[in-house]
Amino acid sequence: MLNIENLHVSVGDKPILKGINLHIKPGEIHAIMGPNGSGKSTLSHVLSGKSGYTVTEGTVTYDGKDLTEMAPEVRAREGVFLAFQYPVEIPGVSNIYLLKAALNAIRKHQGLSEVDAMDFLMLVKDKVRLLEMDEKFLYRAVNEGFSGGEKKRNEILQMAILEPKLCIMDETDSGLDIDALKIVSEGVNSLRSPERSFVMVTHYQRLLDYIKPDFVHVLAHGQIVKSGGAELALELEEKGYSWVENKQAAA
Amino acid sequence: MNTVIKTRYSAEYSKLEPALPGRSSPWLTALRASALDKFTGNGFPSIREEEWRYTNVSGIEKNLFVPTDQPSSATVDKEWLDRFRLPDCWSFVLVDGYFSAELSQLDGLPEGVVVQSLAKSLDTDAEQVKPYFAQAVSDDEHSFVAFNTAWFCDGLFLKVPKKQALTQPIQLLHVTTQQERLSTTRTIIVLEPMAEAQVIETYVGVEQAYLSAAVTEVFVEANANLTLYKVQCESAKAYHFGGTYVKQARDARFIHHNFAFGGLLARCDIHCDLDNASECDLNGLYLGNQRQHLDNHTRINHLQPNAVSREMYKGVLAGRSRGVFQGRVVVAENAQKTDSQMNNRNLLLSDDAEADTKPQLEIYADDVKCSHGVTVGQLDEKSVFYLQSRCVDEETARNMLTFAFANEMVNKLTIKSLHDLVLNQVLERFPQQGISKDWL
Ligand SMILES: Nc1ncnc2c1ncn2[C@@H]1O[C@H](COP(=O)(O)OP(=O)(O)OP(=O)(O)O)[C@@H](O)[C@H]1O
Ligand SMILES: [Mg+2]
Repeated sequence: MLNIENLHVSVGDKPILKGINLHIKPGEIHAIMGPNGSGKSTLSHVLSGKSGYTVTEGTVTYDGKDLTEMAPEVRAREGVFLAFQYPVEIPGVSNIYLLKAALNAIRKHQGLSEVDAMDFLMLVKDKVRLLEMDEKFLYRAVNEGFSGGEKKRNEILQMAILEPKLCIMDETDSGLDIDALKIVSEGVNSLRSPERSFVMVTHYQRLLDYIKPDFVHVLAHGQIVKSGGAELALELEEKGYSWVENKQAAA
Repeated sequence: MNTVIKTRYSAEYSKLEPALPGRSSPWLTALRASALDKFTGNGFPSIREEEWRYTNVSGIEKNLFVPTDQPSSATVDKEWLDRFRLPDCWSFVLVDGYFSAELSQLDGLPEGVVVQSLAKSLDTDAEQVKPYFAQAVSDDEHSFVAFNTAWFCDGLFLKVPKKQALTQPIQLLHVTTQQERLSTTRTIIVLEPMAEAQVIETYVGVEQAYLSAAVTEVFVEANANLTLYKVQCESAKAYHFGGTYVKQARDARFIHHNFAFGGLLARCDIHCDLDNASECDLNGLYLGNQRQHLDNHTRINHLQPNAVSREMYKGVLAGRSRGVFQGRVVVAENAQKTDSQMNNRNLLLSDDAEADTKPQLEIYADDVKCSHGVTVGQLDEKSVFYLQSRCVDEETARNMLTFAFANEMVNKLTIKSLHDLVLNQVLERFPQQGISKDWL
């Protein structure tokens, strides 16, 4: 589904990603861990098409197509979804309007007609219940005045409604309390399917207790320095990142 | 002002003078004479004056704007005017500067409330006007005010007696119907202690070059509460000057919503003098397009302790338009515990658009809480990307954010019909295509 080959990315003159290789097959869950500033959000942003980054080397292929050639909205319509580490507040645009606009844009892209108003409302309400949110959030402006945890939950609500193929979650667990983490994780688990893949950026094992990854990668200084199975996360929790970073330095 | 123009204005004035209201009141005749001298001496304001440095009004001098000597409602396209009328309001219509009883609707006003043509008030009982006339602003303010004092033909005299709360808003509709017309009106609004009212000033005109010059003097007495709206939808070729000068007694509340949409050149002054523990809340939205020049000047004088002032002005400037915001807050020496916040935010939609913003704080007291902030810029790119990542194409994303930026000011309107009128104006005038109400 997603193939990242030797990806180098710079901001201005500053190289941030320095040769990332990552292969994700349909249905897989990949966790990406790594110290602050190692490039995890940069990778998420580059995948979803944020401007300001230059790909200096390497390729990103999504469903056989060159992802870097697509506008951000086209990627989104093709099924790439980024749940932001810091969701943006959009005063004056209502949450439910954005959900509907996004869903219809995807449907149009797929050659389908606009969603029926009643069906849409049922779908939204269903997902609001799944994430145990208050319906009032639907009618508020996107993320405006939401608490940190509410913003994260709202991201997952959008994800649940848009049903993307590639879900990139950038530290969705940070800022969630224990109960919210459980609810959100259950929401994510309910989206798991053989066609849908996940990239989960996290610092904490506790998310991975709920959503068990197939692979864990450690990103440090713009490179994946170690990959393994779910057990790697446990090892990291015990030994810290310096353990892999040092190992790499020694190599 | 060049001498040719001066001579022409003087000649016009001699023609007009015998018909001006209030001729039988010596105090007013004297005021008019001195105002006329000031105007003739100084001409229209010049960019050499500090308060006018961003706004060059010399374009006005290319035409000679004259008042009509035969006011008539017949020149008004009533269907067109209805688009600006608000239901559930008393309406007071001024056509080319003169009150039109025919177009107004004042049935059912509570007893004791005065809603009258200023010309009529001056001709029948000038003494009731005298305590207010030229008391909230002096002709030395600048020569538009002097011009208005000398030339005004009519206007509104509104007085709400003590403890009376108006159950409906009053809509004051200023209509200009002819090319090269001069509409000069004077409005006096008095809320006696503990009175409450909402007044909506609406300015409209035919798609021609004309000049409307209006002065509104407002007196909000102790513990009274006035919400004043100004919806300026003059024609795209028109010149507009509107000054609102407010005197607030102790504990008085004044809320203003100022929408500057029309006019080739439009200048609006809002001044508030705040007595002990009074509050003013000034909101503004200006939408500039093409070659429009929209200037808003506010001045808040904290004269006594414990008063609160809030101000938020937003501008969206497209094409080659220019927006000016000058906001001055003066805190007098004994105005301790003043609480003041001023904000001006501008969005520039094109490289040729310009915003000049100048907040000025002058604080002479030492125990005060005052803040101000201004921004001039483009849309937040993080927000654009966020919307794109939610499948919205870039152009629509930018439109949504721009519209949302402006709509924040529209959303503060609680009168439904007014809200819809203003929202439709925004949608109609918005520089971009494809703006939708559904986004909100
Ligand atoms: N626009 C930018 N300009 C300059 N430097 C940038 C920019 N964006 C990212 N960087 C730098 O790139 C590096 C990687 O940042 P990134 O946000 O990807 O880290 P991260 O792994 O997500 O960290 P965290 O765990 O704190 O979220 C950091 O050193 C950061 O300062
Ligand atoms: Mg990050």
